Order: sequence, then C-alpha cells, then structure tokens
Amino acid sequence: MAKKKKATPVQKDYQNLAKKIEPKRKALPNIFRAFITGGLICTFAQFLQNVFINYFNFEKSQAGNPASAVLIILSALFTGLGVYDHIAQWAGAGTAVPITGFANSIASAAIEHRSEGFVLGVGGNMFKIAGPVIVFGTFSAFVVAIIKLLIKAIGG
Amino acid sequence: MEKYIWAFLVGGAICAIGQIMMDVFKMTPAHTMTTLVVAGAILGGLGLYEPLVNFAGAGATTPICSFGNALLKGALAEAERNGLIGVLTGIFEVTSAGISAAIIFGFFAALIFRPKG
Repeated sequence: MAKKKKATPVQKDYQNLAKKIEPKRKALPNIFRAFITGGLICTFAQFLQNVFINYFNFEKSQAGNPASAVLIILSALFTGLGVYDHIAQWAGAGTAVPITGFANSIASAAIEHRSEGFVLGVGGNMFKIAGPVIVFGTFSAFVVAIIKLLIKAIGG
Repeated sequence: MEKYIWAFLVGGAICAIGQIMMDVFKMTPAHTMTTLVVAGAILGGLGLYEPLVNFAGAGATTPICSFGNALLKGALAEAERNGLIGVLTGIFEVTSAGISAAIIFGFFAALIFRPKG
C-alpha cells in the first residue's frame, strides 16, 4: 500500500508532464501550417489588391474591398468543388481566419442544407456558422463607435 | 515586393494566433473567429488597426479581424457626416462588398453544387 501511495504522485507527475508536453507537440506543427497557409492567402490577396490598384484605378485604401470580393468568389467556388475543406483540414486556422474562411462557412452551410429547401434550408442556415462573427462584430463595432464619439464629444 | 513579404508575415502571424487560440486555449472555431472580430473592432477603436493596414496591406485586411475594424470605420465615417444616426447607417458601408459577395456566391454555390460526402 505504502509503496503504491508513494508511486502514485510520481505517476501523477509523469501524467501531468505528459499532458503538458503532448498538446505542445501537436500544436506547433498546426501553428506552423496555419502561419504558412494564412500567409500565402494574404500574399495572394496583396497581389489582387495590386492588380486592382494598377489596372482598375482603385485607390490604395479602397483596393481591399474588391480583392476580398474576389477571394470570396474563389472560396465559394472551391468550397462547392470540395477542394476548400481538404485544404482546411491541413491548414486549420490558416484557411479559417482569412476572409475566405468566412465565405467558406457561408457557402458550405448553404450547400449542406440545400436538401431542406431553399428558404428554410439554404436561407435559414447560411449564417449558422458565420452569424456569430457578424453579430459580435457589429455589436462590438457599435459599442466602440459610441465610446469613440462620446470621448470626442467630451474632449470638444 | 516588400509589401508581399509583410502581407505574408503579418497575415500568417494572425492565422497562427487563431490556431493558438484553438489548439492551446481549446477554443471552438466560432469562439476564435468572434474573438478576433471583436479584437479587430477594439484595435480599430484604439487607432492601432489602420497603421497595421498601412504597414502590412492585405496581411491586415484579409484576416477576419479586419471585419471588425471595417465595421467600425464605416460607422465612424458616416457619423462624421450625419451625426449619431450615422453609426447605424454606416456600420456596413465598408464591409458591404464582403457580406454581399459571401451571400450571393454562397447562394450560387448552393444552386450549382451538391454536398460532398
């Protein structure tokens, strides 16, 4: 008994140590993959911005919008073809965090629920995943905007 | 060329932060995305996001946190012109392209494609 009791803390220590080490080992390659894919998507977005600035006479500060729109179209297309989800499995946050991930979540929800009909299925579920982003983004932007305007009003 | 490098590094870093939130802090993807969006709005409010955009270009405008910043930017710009009500009328001004494109082409995708197994 005594021996067992003595061994238990050691085992626990080992388990704790193993727990500490294990997710780190898994996390690092994931983070690296997210960095690479996310970086590549942003580099491609920069290329698109430059195209819109140089060939379509967009202002530098406005070129992000059409570039995002092109990324969204491509993302919806690749989602429909089933390619995006394959990449996403490898890339993790690398494909989820850029705007393409937002478009992917809308397109995949729309495609997935098509069998439930266009109104209730596609229309009703389109924002199932992207909804929280819009809700919290809009609400937090509203709060921050009000605070900024208040500070401005008080400050003169 | 320099712009591409910064876009890659900053965009990649933001995605890496997202991955850390999911893997290390065990957040769901939805929680990660909403946190990033809220962070973007707050950084925009502190005046820190615009310098990042100027510096990293698409590296800052492509990740989802730029959505929060863009919502704030639209609201403040319209408030400048029309007063307080502008916060409501302008909040989707900048993000219109992103949201409408996502809805329209998401719908097209549902029309054309069938679910994959």
